Amino acid sequence: MRAMVRKEFRQLRRDRRTLALMIMVPLLLLVVFGYVARFDIRQIPTAVVGARAEAVADLLPEPFDVRIIDATGDRAAAEELLRRSRAIIAVVAEPPLTILIDGSELFAAQSARAARLGSTAGLPIDLEVEILFNPELSTAVVMVPAIIGMVLTAIGTVITSLGVVRERQEGTLEQLAVMPLRPRDVIVGKITPYFLVGVLDMAVITAAGLLLFNVPFRGSWLVFAGGAFIFLLAVLGIGVLISTLSQTQGEAIQLAIMTMLPQIMLSGMIFPLTSMPWGVRWISYLLPLTYFIQIVRGVFLKGTPIDALGVPFLALILLAALVLILAVLRFRRDLAPAGRKQSTAAEAAS
Amino acid sequence: MTWGVEGLGVSLGQSQALDDITLDLPAGRVTAVVGGDGAGKTTLLRVLAGLLLPTRGVTRLPERAQVGYLPARAGGFRDLTVAENLEFVASVCRLPDAKRQADALLERTGLAPFRRRLARDLSGGMRQKLGVIMAVLPEPALLVLDEPTTGIDPGSRADLWHLMALAAARGAAVAVSSAYLDEAERAAWVLVLHDGRPLLAGPPDRVKASLPGSVVEVDVPADPARAWRRGPRWREWRPGGDPAAVEPGLEDVVIAAALAAAAGGEP
Repeated sequence: MRAMVRKEFRQLRRDRRTLALMIMVPLLLLVVFGYVARFDIRQIPTAVVGARAEAVADLLPEPFDVRIIDATGDRAAAEELLRRSRAIIAVVAEPPLTILIDGSELFAAQSARAARLGSTAGLPIDLEVEILFNPELSTAVVMVPAIIGMVLTAIGTVITSLGVVRERQEGTLEQLAVMPLRPRDVIVGKITPYFLVGVLDMAVITAAGLLLFNVPFRGSWLVFAGGAFIFLLAVLGIGVLISTLSQTQGEAIQLAIMTMLPQIMLSGMIFPLTSMPWGVRWISYLLPLTYFIQIVRGVFLKGTPIDALGVPFLALILLAALVLILAVLRFRRDLAPAGRKQSTAAEAAS
Repeated sequence: MTWGVEGLGVSLGQSQALDDITLDLPAGRVTAVVGGDGAGKTTLLRVLAGLLLPTRGVTRLPERAQVGYLPARAGGFRDLTVAENLEFVASVCRLPDAKRQADALLERTGLAPFRRRLARDLSGGMRQKLGVIMAVLPEPALLVLDEPTTGIDPGSRADLWHLMALAAARGAAVAVSSAYLDEAERAAWVLVLHDGRPLLAGPPDRVKASLPGSVVEVDVPADPARAWRRGPRWREWRPGGDPAAVEPGLEDVVIAAALAAAAGGEP
């Protein structure tokens, strides 16, 4: 038995990825659940509009974090601020004093409602509370759009990387490399079916989410399709990148898990970004799923227009471009080593 | 046209995988690259296929479309049928009349009844045959096959050598690696590698004639360090010659040459 244990330890010591997975995952879970897994919101971005905006802003207790004061604004302006995700709470400071809450920010909305109930006695006037976009604060309504992103992430990273690595393991990638195909033919040919399957999956999940869970769709299909297209490219790029770093399907799955876990935990899908400390939150802003969730929740639940989604679109485009460039460069290296060009040059010289 | 390499050296990381290899691959000739495990056979063939950058030396290789390559253990795309694998090659290589030729090759190798079978469901030998047919189908100027006969039955090995001979007869330069020295005698030219260096080279008969000293067959070797099993008896290399010498096979010559090289002398 001792020999068996020693053998396993030796193998484990040399299997760096498994070792990393065994050490990193518990560490990640500890960090996530210690710092990130907070449903209580300490600061809720708040806008106050209306003639008495200044005075009302001074009266608002914590956790309302007043970031916008607009004395000329009205209720329509307040709704627009929420639709554009510039605030989670909008207070219309005109009689009757109205608090509008963005129901797509589930935990922030719940915190806001609780805070309002606790502080009603402190306010000198009557007020009304309205929850917009998700009046029943339904979890499904908020989660289903995000789950579309999670499913696409799984398909893009796991399935794509496995498909490419299997070719490498079986030697057929080298067969392709010698055939009269340009590297871009191989890369595009390899990715296209996964892309189309991803599109089909997205359509099925979206339809199922809308029909089964009564998730509203208030925005533009075109904006949603654009965001999904860029996001799919990003996750497929991650899949190809993983495949270039893996020799076996087991290694590819390990790497895929390592990239998927932070996306699920830190993207805002489960835990709100606003409750995360900055020491961890910066990681969220490096993850494509973070921006896709912002786009998809905005489009589905709030009908957010494209011009209000500029930041997540731009970030998603940059991340997708970065990942795809890295993936293509590494994949090209597998398919067309520098040796081929030099050999041809040598031949020409001879 | 003669393809090949001259003064080839390849470094992989810290190790010297190939050193000072010169090999001509003329059209119409089957050249066997043989050697033990780790001798550098696959490295040399990957250079010939254009997949690996030589560190030193000159390579004379045809353009990509003119190279047919079968990596070790590969044998077609596993989730495609035999016919679909060949269709893919014909499409990529733009072969207008490939179907008739593919059918002929399938008939010749006994794969015709399995056209609709997935490659993953073929036996090892059948998959190897499919892989060789895929490499041969475009009629490349240089055909590079990495151990296509390893682990398959003698009948399939004969079929594969027949395919290689056909490719050579059509004018291809064929480079095939093998760990089986007996079958290397079927090639017109043999390059024996040892620790990444050329040990012997030439037509099989000339290589056999180059044996330094002689080989004897004994029941108990006088010097176990110079002896190897051959069936129930031993064969032993005698550097100074021996009147009881037997007719050596290519395998005996290669082993004797390796012993001579290890002893510091030239084979």
